[in-house]
Amino acid sequence: MNVSQNKSDLSQQTIWMLAVRDNRDRQAFAALFDHFAPRLKGFIMRSGTSLERAEEIVQDVMLTIWRKAATFDPHRAQVSGWIYQIARNRQIDILRKENRPLPEELKEEPGQEPDASQLLALQQEADKLKQALAKLSDEQREMIEKAYLGELTHQEISTQSGLPLGTIKSRIRLGLDRLRYELKDLQE
Amino acid sequence: MSKIVHHIPEDMLAAYAAGTLPHGFAVVVAAHVSLCPDCRAALEAHHAAGGVLLESAGSVSVSDRLKADLLSRLDEPFTPEPVYERSGVYPGPVVQALKGRAPRWKSLGMGVRQDILSNDAESSVRLLYIPGGQAVPDHSHHGLELTLVLQGSFHDETGRFGVGDLEIADDTLEHTPIADEGEPCICLAATDAPLRFRALVPRLLQPFFRI
Ligand SMILES: [Zn+2]
Repeated sequence: MNVSQNKSDLSQQTIWMLAVRDNRDRQAFAALFDHFAPRLKGFIMRSGTSLERAEEIVQDVMLTIWRKAATFDPHRAQVSGWIYQIARNRQIDILRKENRPLPEELKEEPGQEPDASQLLALQQEADKLKQALAKLSDEQREMIEKAYLGELTHQEISTQSGLPLGTIKSRIRLGLDRLRYELKDLQE
Repeated sequence: MSKIVHHIPEDMLAAYAAGTLPHGFAVVVAAHVSLCPDCRAALEAHHAAGGVLLESAGSVSVSDRLKADLLSRLDEPFTPEPVYERSGVYPGPVVQALKGRAPRWKSLGMGVRQDILSNDAESSVRLLYIPGGQAVPDHSHHGLELTLVLQGSFHDETGRFGVGDLEIADDTLEHTPIADEGEPCICLAATDAPLRFRALVPRLLQPFFRI
């Protein structure tokens, strides 16, 4: 994958993640660790996990990132969202001691050239989503954190009128076009 | 495949992303997302939101040993998690729930068959096979019931459901789903309480199906 001509426009995390995915770059992985491990630890501890256990889970999540790097597709996911998903999956798998049901993986055609404009557009959408979340009231913000940290049951989420779920969905539209394109073979 | 018109509600996708849906529902959501690009994109939007929260989460410094330990483990051999591919009409998550085997159909009478994939205290999920023109066996359920069509189609008082469509029924909905004429209808159905079939009551006392 050659994104060098657009590298200056991509987020630092995306550049690190692609280096890990494509070149198994350990330095880039160490940089990802320095950025995400303390955030993951804070995130995991918020849901009431002990200090020691939280570090175990951080290590497990980071190792999973290294091992599953090939499934990272920058056209569809920001690094932070991809890592969020892995962190939730690992926390649940460890808790339940079984693999939670996951959707089928989409396979990118091997050797497909990355679409730089798509990468940047997704990044811009994620930035807009970030701004939208930053504008929430403290109360909404707390509620949405609780929802995504797994502190609310489905019942609680469905009866919380203050949760701006529609906003979240409407912010990421480009991903949808890409998916429709990638899936059109499967659908026919 | 005809276009999917009945999708997963936003609150349910968010709960799935956060991992708080009962297991049976999670199987149905993962199966629908495997068939539906709209819901996959919506799910990825929820992951993106989770990512934004992760980015802005308060950092807690990690011990020096953690990084050194981790970097020393990168070359450790490991067994990759099994990947479940779609098999015929069954999406990957259903194949996973079947543990890779073919469905083991058990007759419920009148040509209707089922295979219970899991049944725990929180939820149950099963496959249903209904011949064309036949009604779905009568069963009572508390709370929510999700029904995802994998083959054929059915209709009830609320509308028509084809492949990929998801019907959500709560306990206030009195409905009688009937498979459309033609090929048998195969559905994945989950409830958030253990199943209780009226069909288990002696047939002389209860009509087997509401038709
Ligand atoms: Zn859908």
